[in-house]
Amino acid sequence: MDVASQIRNFIVEDFLYGDTTVPLGEDESLLQKGLIDSTGILEVVQFLEGRFGIAVEDEELVPENLDSISAIARYVMRKQGVKI
Amino acid sequence: MCGIAGVFGPGHGPPSGILLRRMLSLLRHRGPDEYGIFLDSSIGLAHARLSIIDLSTGQQPMCNEDGSLWIVFNGEIFNYLELREVLVSRGHRFRTSSDTEVILHLYEEKRGGALDDLNGQFAFAIWDGNRKELFLARDRMGIRPLFYARAGNDWVFGSEVKAIFAHPGIERKIDAVALDDIFTFWFPLSPRTAFEGISEVPPAHSLTIDEHGARLARYWDLPEDTDPRGRHGESYYAEGLRELMVDSTRLQLRADVPVGAYLSGGLDSSVIASLIRNFTPNPLRTFSIRFEDPEFDESDKQKIMSDYLGTDHSDFTCGYGDIAEAFPKVIWHTETPILRTAPVPLFLLSRLVRDNSYKVVLTGEGSDEILAGYDLFKEAKVRRFMEISPESRMRPLLLYRLYPYLQNSPMRSTAYAKAFFGAPISPFPGEFHSHAPRWNMTSMIKAFYSRDLREEVGSSSPSERVARLFRSGERSKRLDPLTWSQEIEIKTLLPSYLLSSQGDRMLMGNSVEGRFPFLDHRVVEFAMRIPPGIRMKGLTEKNVLRKSMEGFLPREINRMVKQPYRAPDAKSFFGIACGEWAQEMLSPGCISRKGYFNPIHTERLVKKCRGNPATGFKDNMAFIGILSTQILDQLFLRDFHPGEEIPADRIRFARPWKPV
Repeated sequence: MDVASQIRNFIVEDFLYGDTTVPLGEDESLLQKGLIDSTGILEVVQFLEGRFGIAVEDEELVPENLDSISAIARYVMRKQGVKI
Repeated sequence: MCGIAGVFGPGHGPPSGILLRRMLSLLRHRGPDEYGIFLDSSIGLAHARLSIIDLSTGQQPMCNEDGSLWIVFNGEIFNYLELREVLVSRGHRFRTSSDTEVILHLYEEKRGGALDDLNGQFAFAIWDGNRKELFLARDRMGIRPLFYARAGNDWVFGSEVKAIFAHPGIERKIDAVALDDIFTFWFPLSPRTAFEGISEVPPAHSLTIDEHGARLARYWDLPEDTDPRGRHGESYYAEGLRELMVDSTRLQLRADVPVGAYLSGGLDSSVIASLIRNFTPNPLRTFSIRFEDPEFDESDKQKIMSDYLGTDHSDFTCGYGDIAEAFPKVIWHTETPILRTAPVPLFLLSRLVRDNSYKVVLTGEGSDEILAGYDLFKEAKVRRFMEISPESRMRPLLLYRLYPYLQNSPMRSTAYAKAFFGAPISPFPGEFHSHAPRWNMTSMIKAFYSRDLREEVGSSSPSERVARLFRSGERSKRLDPLTWSQEIEIKTLLPSYLLSSQGDRMLMGNSVEGRFPFLDHRVVEFAMRIPPGIRMKGLTEKNVLRKSMEGFLPREINRMVKQPYRAPDAKSFFGIACGEWAQEMLSPGCISRKGYFNPIHTERLVKKCRGNPATGFKDNMAFIGILSTQILDQLFLRDFHPGEEIPADRIRFARPWKPV
């Protein structure tokens, strides 16, 4: 499964409680959509660190990296690329 | 403090005595000391008494000299001695030394106008036999509860909804729109309650009922005339506030039984305790709640205060299991779904008070609302400031100062803070700018609605409902932003959640009366007239209160930043041997049977909460909201019964006074 699909699955499981009928675009803002509250980001970070073996730095905690499925996927791939 | 209830059936004979007895049985926790009933053509009044003032002759229902007026009264009139003196000088003759009789004589003279003279916390009903008219009224801030409903030709009222449910003509059903209110605002918007067809008399209102119908009237409102900047300096307000607080504390200590105080470890309850110690001869007995979990515990500060004041202090340590165990009982008393477990420890705290044979406690409730103590007010101020210059990189840094205490907060990221608080897309009209983030965040938990609930809520929208409650925010145009956002809080969260689910209902559940010196209306009016720049200086909340208490509190308490009162939520229900019934209530079968929520989503939520100790606000609110709705349904719709009846020989049937 590609990175974006894994992230989508996590978001659907964790924030939509498995409801696949809610439309969720790749570029849609998770904040504006009301899916993620102020502690929800922490859950995203926990997931990324656990699943993809990356370390999320404090200064990387910005909406540009974490606020949509596509942004998170790009961020993860960039981090993994750096590691390799 | 007491429980009251009654039935008015215009044009009928007297209502059934058995019905009134059942209503009393359901309210006996509010007044276990004495019971009284008055029956006459078309009217029945019932009273369960917790004796606090005039222990020997204050029985109710009570009538005036000629038996034309009858009253049942729950609460206290703190200025009753002063009012009594004036009434005596005008020729009124008193038979008791109670505050109840003061209301009666005042009503003889002024009818509804009597309310303007009362300083107190009250809900009462007066039957005027000559006019065939029932008059219900509630205190200005909404400290004492009063609900009513229509059952065919009958009007039914009571201190709690459960008493009204004793009437066979009342259907028991959870109101879908009320649920939608709760899952947005945390409580049903007044006068709505969690139950269909049951309304509350809103704070600062009276309701007059006769054979033609009911008329609701507001008799008091918050001031609109904030002092202009520069009229007085900070010290004027600090001294004025202290003087008024000393007086309101002194008045509220009036009782014929000993009075204690809560000590939370925060500024407000410390102020009350210090005022009692420094300005009254009252012995100081204090009570606190501690938490096993250090994340919530504030016992270090409680100890500083009790040592400083040398109080006779008791506390109770609340563990996760305690919360799970008491939860169903708490919902029996809140009579509404709740989104947090915060009421539970307060229920356990009032039990501690009762176990120590105290009936009355003073608390610091209300200070945050009237003196701008909540983070929400600061947050709104910062957001207004950010919105003036949205591109500024420096302005959002102020947000760092707002949420230092949250362990799981992404606020350390300025960019995120900005995204959260910058300019949220909100369905709420602009005048609710200060509250929109809270309401938006809470609304996320509607994802758990079942299709049926969604359909039942239909096109009714919370933004229209809240706009209607505030008449499209007409007062917002005349007030500065801080005063207006405080007004929203004072008229919604304070009466509809804090003073009820966390206040009266948790105290009276153990037959304890709460008193709130900050909510003396003279204090409220004074505080709301302080210029906003002095009320909140920069981002220092409760600036004037801190100034006014310099020298009367330990420094570390007086300078402390506000800690919100919180208790462990979902985590409470997954310990060993606790919450088995909770698992049952949340099982897919039970969720489907009751029909409010989506069983699949709920199951995933429960699984997530069980597995993840760092569960966020949203999941916690959803978990507690669903669980409490399920329990409310079970207790009030399925298993409802009036409980053990009060023995007939304990009920006194009231008669008119013998002619003097």
